Parts: sequence; C-alpha cells; structure tokens
Amino acid sequence: MNTRGIFILAGALALSGTAAQAQPVRIGELNSYKTFPAFLEPYKKGWQLALEEINAAGGVNGRALEVISREDGGTPGEAVRVAEELITRERVSMLMGTFASHVGLAVSNLAARRKVVFIAAEPLTDKIVWENGNRYTFRLRPSTYMQVAMLVPEAARLQKRRWALVYPNYEYGQSAAASFRKLLSAAQPGVEFVDEQAPPLGRIDAGAVVQALADARPDAIFSALFAADLQKFVREGNVRGLFRNTAVFNLLAGEPEYLDTLKDETPTGWWVTGYPWKQIDTPEHRTFLEAYRARWQDYPRLGSVVGYAALYTVANALRKAGGTDSERLVAALEGLRMSTPFGTIEYRALDHQSTMGAYVGQLAQRDGEGVMVNWRFADGARFMPRDADVRAMRKD
Amino acid sequence: MTAASALLQFLNGLASASSLFLVAAGLSLIFGVTRIVNFAHGSLFMLGMYGAVALAPHVGFWWAIPLAALAVGALGALLEALLLRRLYAATELLQLLATFALVLIIKDFTLWAWGPEDMLGPRAPGLEGAVGIAGSRFPEYDLFLIACGPVVLGGLWFLLRGTRWGTLVRAATQDREMADALGVDQRRLFGSVFALGALLAGLGGALQIPREPATLSIDLQIISDAFVVVVVGGLGSIPGAFLAALLIGEIKAFCIGLGFSEFTLVVEFVVMAIVLVLRPWGLLGRMPAPTRGAGAHEPPIALPSRSAVRALAAVALALCVVPLLSGGYTLVLLTDILLFALFAVSLHFLMGPAGMLSFGHAAYFGLGAYGAGLLLLKGGASMAVALLAAPLLAVLAALVFGWFCVRLSGVYLAMLTLAFAQIIWSVAYQWDAFTGGSNGLIGIWPAGWLSGKTAYYYVTLCVCLAGIAAMWRVLYAPFGYALRAGRDSPLRAEAIGIDVRAQQWAAFVFAGLFAGIAGALYAFSKGSISPEALAVPRSVDGLVMVLLGGVHTLSGPVWGAALFTWLQDSVSRGFDYWRAVIGAVILLLVVALPGGLGSILRARASR
Repeated sequence: MNTRGIFILAGALALSGTAAQAQPVRIGELNSYKTFPAFLEPYKKGWQLALEEINAAGGVNGRALEVISREDGGTPGEAVRVAEELITRERVSMLMGTFASHVGLAVSNLAARRKVVFIAAEPLTDKIVWENGNRYTFRLRPSTYMQVAMLVPEAARLQKRRWALVYPNYEYGQSAAASFRKLLSAAQPGVEFVDEQAPPLGRIDAGAVVQALADARPDAIFSALFAADLQKFVREGNVRGLFRNTAVFNLLAGEPEYLDTLKDETPTGWWVTGYPWKQIDTPEHRTFLEAYRARWQDYPRLGSVVGYAALYTVANALRKAGGTDSERLVAALEGLRMSTPFGTIEYRALDHQSTMGAYVGQLAQRDGEGVMVNWRFADGARFMPRDADVRAMRKD
Repeated sequence: MTAASALLQFLNGLASASSLFLVAAGLSLIFGVTRIVNFAHGSLFMLGMYGAVALAPHVGFWWAIPLAALAVGALGALLEALLLRRLYAATELLQLLATFALVLIIKDFTLWAWGPEDMLGPRAPGLEGAVGIAGSRFPEYDLFLIACGPVVLGGLWFLLRGTRWGTLVRAATQDREMADALGVDQRRLFGSVFALGALLAGLGGALQIPREPATLSIDLQIISDAFVVVVVGGLGSIPGAFLAALLIGEIKAFCIGLGFSEFTLVVEFVVMAIVLVLRPWGLLGRMPAPTRGAGAHEPPIALPSRSAVRALAAVALALCVVPLLSGGYTLVLLTDILLFALFAVSLHFLMGPAGMLSFGHAAYFGLGAYGAGLLLLKGGASMAVALLAAPLLAVLAALVFGWFCVRLSGVYLAMLTLAFAQIIWSVAYQWDAFTGGSNGLIGIWPAGWLSGKTAYYYVTLCVCLAGIAAMWRVLYAPFGYALRAGRDSPLRAEAIGIDVRAQQWAAFVFAGLFAGIAGALYAFSKGSISPEALAVPRSVDGLVMVLLGGVHTLSGPVWGAALFTWLQDSVSRGFDYWRAVIGAVILLLVVALPGGLGSILRARASR
C-alpha cells in the first residue's frame, strides 16, 4: 500500500464516529525525496507525525486532513507537472513542500498562476519571497539572507580583518556570500575579502581549495558549504591544519543532517547555524521531541521540524480561514501567528516569510560526536532587511 | 602564486589524477574490448566506497580496501554473465541502455542497504597525518594515492604486455572479430575484462573513502569525469587515460590555485572539446577498427506500409479527440509526452538514419527553451514571436557545434556533443544576470488565448505531429537516402559524389531545429526554465527513449518517449523505490525486446 492509502486509513480511523461523513481536506505535498533523501526522510516523518496529531485531535473545521504526497523528481519541469496533477486531478486545496530553490521557484510560479496557496517548506532562496515573491506563496524556513544575518553579529565582534569566502557555486552559495560581504562590510568598516572560492556543488576539490585558502592567509573564513562538500572540506582542512589559527563561520553546519556525519572530525569553535536538538529545553520543543521519538524511535533532524511545522501551518491556515478558498487562505496566512517546536512564529503580511528562527552557536566534540555549544536562539524577526527594501524587491 | 604554493597545487593535482585514473582505466579497458559504454561504472565505484566504509570497522581499513574491490569485481563478473552476455549479439547501444538501468537499480539498492545519510569513512591508519612540504602541510594519504596511480598503471601494463591474457585483450581491442575468428573464447575474455574493470572501479571508490564521504550522488559525478578522461586519453588506451587524468587533475588544481574556482564547473569539458577538435581520437587513441559482424549493419528502413500509415493516422486522430473525453491532468501528461516524442524523434534522426550518436542533444532542447524565455522576459517579444524565433537559437548552436562534431565519429562524436552541451549548460548556470543562473527564468507563460490546457494541448499536438511527420518525410527524400548511404558506407557514398560531411552537418542542424521547437513549447508549458533542461540527465532521457523504442525503427522513439514519460509519472507515484522499478522494467524490455518497442509493430507488419 502506498503512503496515500495509509494516510486515508489513518485519517479515517482517527475520525471514525465523529466527523467521518465529511470529506477530508486534501493537501498536495511534493518533494525531491530521492534527490535529497538525507534531509527529506526526516522531513516526511515530521509532517506524518503532525498529520496524525491533527487528525487525532479531530482534524480541522470538522474535517480530516489528507496529505497526498508525491515525488517531484528533483527538477522544475517534473515538479510543475506533479503540481499540476495534484491541482487538477487530486483537487488539492493547498500545496506544500519542495527542497531545492529552483524547484521551489517553479512551483511557486505555477501556484500563483493557478491561484493555489503554496507553503514552500524547505527552499532557502531569498527570491521566493522577494524578487519572485507572489501572493500565493509562503515560506517557512529562515532564508539564506536571514541565516547569514544571524551569523554576522558574531563575525563582526571578532574584529578579524582579512576574510576568505568559500561557497558552492549556485544561487544559494552566491547569495549567501554576497549577503555576508554586504552585511559584514556594513557592520565592520575596513574589512577585507582576500580570497573567494566557488567550487561546483557536490564536487569540491577540497585539497586544492584548502591550499588556496591557506595561501591567502585569511584571519577568518565564511563558508556556505554543506553535505558532502562540507565533509570533504573539514577533513582536508583538519589534516592540513587550515583551521588552527583561523576562525570559521559556516552556514547550516550545525544542522544534524550535516553535523552528525562529521563525528570525530567535527572542528571545534566554528560558528554555525543549526539545531542542537538534545539541548533545547523549551516546553514546545520538549513536547515535539517526546512525540517524535515515541512515534519514530529516532531523534529529529532539522528537516523533521520543518515538515512538522509546515503541516501545522497548513492546518492553522485552514482553521483561521474557515474553509479552503484560496483568497481566504491568503488572508488567513498573512499575519498568521502559530506555535512551532522553535517557539511562536508569524507569517509576515509584508513578504509572506515566516519569522522562524535558527540556533546560532559553536561546534564542539563530545564522545566522538559533533555538538553545538554556546548557542542561543536567533529569532528570525530580528534578522530581516528594512521593510522599504523588501517592498522595493517584491515589486508589489 | 608563490613557487611553494605552485608545488603544493601540483601535488594536489597529482593526487586527484591518481583517483581519476583508477576509475578511468577500468572503463577504458571495458570499452576497448567489449565496446560497452558502461554507464554503470560510476555505480560500481559508489559500491566500492560504501562497501569499504561498511567493512572498515569490522576488518580494519587496509583489509576493507581490497575486500571491497574484490566484491565489486565479483559483482561485475556476475552482471556480465547474467545480463550483458545476452546482449552482445544486439546493437552496442542496447548495452548502454542496460547499464543505464543498472545505474537506477544500484542507486536504489544503495539507498535501501545503507540509508540516505552520507557516510564519511575513517582516515587511513598509519597515514592519518600530514607532512611538511614547502612550509605547508600535505596529507600523507595523498602521497600514497599519488603513488597508487603509477603502480596500477605499471600493473596493467604488465598484464597487457606480459601475459597471454593481455595479448588476447590487446588483440580484441584492435580487432574483435578477427580475434574471434582465430578462436579466442570471447565469453571468457569479455567476462574477465569486465570483472577486472569493475574491480578497478571498486578499488578507486574504496581508496577515496579517507578523502570524501560515500554519497548517493557520487555515481553520476564519477561517470562523467571518467568518460571525459577515457575519451581525452583515447578509448581503450590505458597510458592515454593516465595522461588525460594527469592533465585534467593538474588543470583543475591550478584553476583553484590561481583563483578561477568557478571555472572548475566546466573545465574538463572544455579540455575535452579542445582535445577532440585537435585530435579526433584522443591523445593516445587510434582510429577504431570498423565493427563487423552481428549488429553492425542496420536493415534499411522500408517505406511504411499502408496499414502502418493508417494506424499512425488513427493514433493522431485519437489524440485529437482526447480533450473531448478527458480534461485536466491527462492533457498535461500528454503535452509532456508529445514534447518528448518530438525531442526523441529529433534525436533518433541523428542516431538512426544519420548514424551520429549524441550524448548532448538536450543542449538544443534547452536552447529552444531558454530562447523562448529570454525573448519573452528580456526581449519583450510576444509569445508568438518568442515561440517562433526561439528554435533559431538552437539552430545557430547546431550550426556551430555540428561543424566540429561531424568531423568525428562514434563515441568520440558523442562525447564532443556532450562537451558542447556541458559548456552551454555551464553558461546558463553561471550567467546570473542574463539566464537567471541556477534558478533559471521564471514566469514564461503563454498568452491569454493559449493559457487553457486544452488550447495549449492542441497547439502542442499540431506542432509535434507536424514536426515528427516532417522528419519522417525527409528520411524518404533524397537527403534522407544520402544520409543513410553515408552512414552505411561512407566510402561508397563519397565515391558517388555525396558530400557526407555536409549531409551530416545539415542533419545535425535539422535535428537541432526540432529539438529547439520541442524546448520552446516545453518552456511555455511549464512556466519556467532552469539549467536542468539542457543538462546531461535530459540528454540521457532522450537516449533512453530512443533506445527503448528501438533505434532501427521509425516510430519506435515515439513509443519509447510515451512509455518512459508515462513510467516516470506513474511509477514514482506508486512505489517508494521507483527508480529501481523503472530500471527493472527497462532491463526486462532490453532482454525481451532487443529491437525496441517499434520492433513489435514491424514484426506484425511483416507477417
């Protein structure tokens, strides 16, 4: 039986007797499950948990939620077709999902065209809410810009003069580097950027890159590498002693998806954004953590939180709108405040970006495992550009 | 760049070159003897990595490496005996399709067996640290790798020059049919060569684990690198592969050292294009012996019978009435199928009648799509103008690239098309301001009167049917006959006054035009376009469609496109491990229907 069957069943069981006669609300979910399995399997478990909780509590507006989940093939062309299928054949009321930025942008564009609300759960690109933002698209995760901005105060505090940049050569990496350059230069006048390495995504030639960075003799390095690139970079850098006298700031490296693979190679003292799940002791997070572990016998990754909060966004929007009409959903989502495992967030009416934050801290090793220490929660609302700038970018 | 850092980058280049050489040597060996374009070579490399990472905690790093390599070698022997051996009688391209299916299956197997997370292997015991060289620290393990390359090269050299088996391998590489005629047991020879090639791939993978994590995407990255090295070095030439690996490894290291890291995205393809333009058979390759024997000659495509024409007309008519019976998603899916059918037929025009294998046909599809997007969004053109003018961009590229490509033949030609496609891809990927970079262009929607699904479906239907009909018609015009003459016997064709190169060039442009039309229609049907439209996977999809349908049949590519698109759409919905399912379906079809889907129709017609 495929997942869809399971969830119809789960929904039906949960609601038998109460509101079983009402048709379930159908939500279309699409993601690149086979292209980015390390991030998206936990993500799927996240929304599955949320779905079970929502339906066990009686669904929304007296109706069960049904999620119709699809593989989007990892390319915009296929994702657009899958989204069309969800809209026209499955008659879903809302769309959610996508991982890579270009796929997210393509689906968001289609959603605007078909006037269907789309919750972009994972994509980090700034463009999805700014340059290419549209009325029907809302994004959950803190964007590239926001996460860079969260690291900048620490970077400026160190007062390092010579900086080198290293980032994967595609939009996420380029915009991360550009934002960092701009924000740090503003925060610390006189800062110098002495080298810039943009290896192809997933194929960093780590030995040569580490050597080139060392040759530039930077005081500090800003990196936007992740996944396999990050692991290669860390190992080569460790062996070659690049990090011994150099401060490093690495976007995303504290997320369990990436951090857990580093084990005893985990470099100490790096400043990162991430998710120290073991140590977060807020009531919202504790509830989530216990439920997740009970359901899956596994610990949550950042993807789990994103999937969980994305489906709750859907449920809360439907509740607030009191139905499935797209225009009323947009009105409901604009300014929607809701609770997540990371605390309360708000979907800004201004640009449809949620104020979900991230944890900023330093890496360390404990018993051969990487952990985050000295961390604090950075509230996303505090790391946005000025409203006027956002309006200018959105062109609406 | 100081002298010290130049020395270190040189050493870095050597270390990468050694790694590249190990994979490429196996691929080159396999191709030289069996003529199999082994797409699954990168998958074997990946298995070597995962195997070594999994074994290392149990048997120790230094035992894990040879054990993983041997296991992959054994798997290679098994694959050859159970699968590829059945296909030697069929056309060589079919083996390519079979190995593509293996890529899909092995990927899903790896995901199932080891899970989705990257696995970083241990450092090599005894070689964990670094040594001081010219004031910098250089990993000991990289020095070990630098030594590995020449050792393997020497070992292979001894095997090939110093043993009877090697003599047979060299004989088969030079002239397979002659070796066969002289009584060399091909089955054993091919089997052992494939096993050795697989072992080298596994070894290459296993040796990488201290340097990079085992990931699920490594297979396709490695295969493209390995192909480039093999082709630059000259197919079947082991020293050539070594030289090419050295060249590419060093160029990459110095690109990074000199601050041109963005260029590493595409540098190997630029090197390959330059080498192939200057030396059509690679650095140390030789002109391949002509293939004779089974699968060498294609039966001529006969004029379709009256009943076949009637059947095709009935299909066309049925497509016209679909919107009356069913709306919504059926039309969306059919629009995709039609576009890909046009794309596949244009590729078939090159591969079949013109006899030019292309690994980079997506370039023309993608240029058509980008042309449409750029004209509409940046040029301010209307949709109609954009749709009409966009394919001209593809034509222009085909004119330029075709001129170089028709000077080559066989896999060299195919790899040059790939090199050009990758260069175009990297431009689209990097040129943020103009092409939108990796995100691509967004908001390419058709004008109001065409915005409905039905209207767009009809336009697509008309254009695609007309395009397919035009290409088929041309095959029976003098131009088509001249092309086929040039394919079957270039010498005789030249002798009777056909300018074979000019004909092939024209065919290249003609096929590019229709791929461009398909691309332009695709852009407007999706509303956005990104570099993936001209990336390697799109080219491979086209190949798979053509080969599934049957390269020796006329209508085959259409059925292949329909089946493959439908499979991707429906299987991915029903199965978690849908890639493996698609791979299994392809394998079944390859074994059961070596002539492709089109051959069913032909068998019926000839009865």
